[in-house]
Amino acid sequence: MIVDALSFTMLALGGFFVFMGGLGALRLPDLYTRMHAASLTDSLGTLLTLGGIMLQAGWSLATIKLLTILFFLMMTGPTASYALANAALLSDDKDAPGAPPATGN
Amino acid sequence: MVTAFGIALLTLLVVTAVAVVVTPNLFVAVMLMSIFSLLMAATFFILDAADVALTEAAIGAGMSTILFLGALALIAEREARGSGRRRWLPLAVIALTAFTIIYATFDKPRLGDPSAPVHQHVAPWYLEQTPVLMEMSNVVTAVLASFRAYDTLGEVLVILTAGLGVMLILANGRPDLSRQGRAAAATGLRHHLIPRVVGQLLIPFIVLFGLYLQFHGEFGPGGGFQAGAIIAVGIVLHALLEGEAAGRAILPTPLLVGMMAGGALLYCAVGIVGMLLGGNFLDYAVLSADPVAGQQLGIHLVEAGVGITVTSSLVAAFHAFADREPAA
Amino acid sequence: MYYVVTTAILVTMALALVRALLGPTVYDRVLAVNMFGTKTVLLVAIVAFLSGRPDFLDLALAYALINFVGVLAVLEFFRKKRHFERRP
Repeated sequence: MIVDALSFTMLALGGFFVFMGGLGALRLPDLYTRMHAASLTDSLGTLLTLGGIMLQAGWSLATIKLLTILFFLMMTGPTASYALANAALLSDDKDAPGAPPATGN
Repeated sequence: MVTAFGIALLTLLVVTAVAVVVTPNLFVAVMLMSIFSLLMAATFFILDAADVALTEAAIGAGMSTILFLGALALIAEREARGSGRRRWLPLAVIALTAFTIIYATFDKPRLGDPSAPVHQHVAPWYLEQTPVLMEMSNVVTAVLASFRAYDTLGEVLVILTAGLGVMLILANGRPDLSRQGRAAAATGLRHHLIPRVVGQLLIPFIVLFGLYLQFHGEFGPGGGFQAGAIIAVGIVLHALLEGEAAGRAILPTPLLVGMMAGGALLYCAVGIVGMLLGGNFLDYAVLSADPVAGQQLGIHLVEAGVGITVTSSLVAAFHAFADREPAA
Repeated sequence: MYYVVTTAILVTMALALVRALLGPTVYDRVLAVNMFGTKTVLLVAIVAFLSGRPDFLDLALAYALINFVGVLAVLEFFRKKRHFERRP
């Protein structure tokens, strides 16, 4: 009963943060603010949503698989955001070694 | 409710497809193709086709995007403007074909209709015979690797031909780079420390997961094609992080060609051994004293052949693009 | 509750797609694709539970790994493009 209520809350919060991330990525004015919204809400939304499902699953193989997915997402999500932000920041200075290619626009 | 999710995904799919065709910038098109593959995989998954969804994600969102980016690094970013002349005949042919196909779908039974012929004759036979003949839970793998093994042999030979074709057209077996070009290709993402460390930590997990999918294909979603694509992604990740020279050193070209041919050879060999032991071509029941064990052994060997060929073909295609310089 | 979360994830995927279509710079689009990938992982995980088949979680694991390699491939593409444009 408590587990159900807890998982319900976690799923609701996870969905809310995921939606906030999408809204932020669309509506915020600058590239860096959008990265901020996307990466933070990715991590938190993933943690809460997968945590909610894990509580529903109980002690089973599914929980181990969900833990593995959570571990990989936690490791690769911030790394990808860092790499992207690094590339974007270096590209702002045209003479730096990481200056941009003339692409994408 | 799941139908509503399917419809939402299909709407996003149409929007993405239209955007891919309309945009003149090729990099945008590649990114949108990656999104398209993910949407397609999610749609397959909602339709309960897990093996297909896994293959679509591994090959479409994974290897295809990497290969497109490798090719895009060598050419101009924007599409050349077309000639501007409207072509009415191709447009008419396409419209007529599309109309005919859509009209033909009006006669199809509804999705999941239990009185459709496929649910009356074809599917029940496979669902009943698989536990009896080979004691396997994943009917998709049983159909793919045993009941319709000849078909899958054709697929493996197609992948082998594609890999060989890419190698023959694009690469000489030796990278044709100038010294400066080789220096450029040699660094990879080595200067980005954090992605490099995290990526190197992930590579053994990726390869292990690929091997898990390869051998677990009899019980859940998985099999040779998915496993081959994921192991290829792991090898390509190493080449991306450490540079092309290090990537080439893992699987040198003779080994790659040997693997490509060896996988297809393994598949055909299983078939021929079946003939030598008294059965038909690709008849696994004669491979062992117990027909059920023979079927399982045959399926394992055949899937291993598929996995080996798919891995090496995808890695060979990646190396063929990553080694080159753009035309001066 | 599963349906509400799935709807939220689908809406976020649509918003990320709009950002990929609009994004003025290249990095906006890569950001959108990365976000799309992680949302697909969540969608697969939740729908796998909705339809009561936890064996399908292997798909979510595969997408999580592939998404990351895709972003690194894009970075490598930028680096190579920069180098080839820079040389005389």
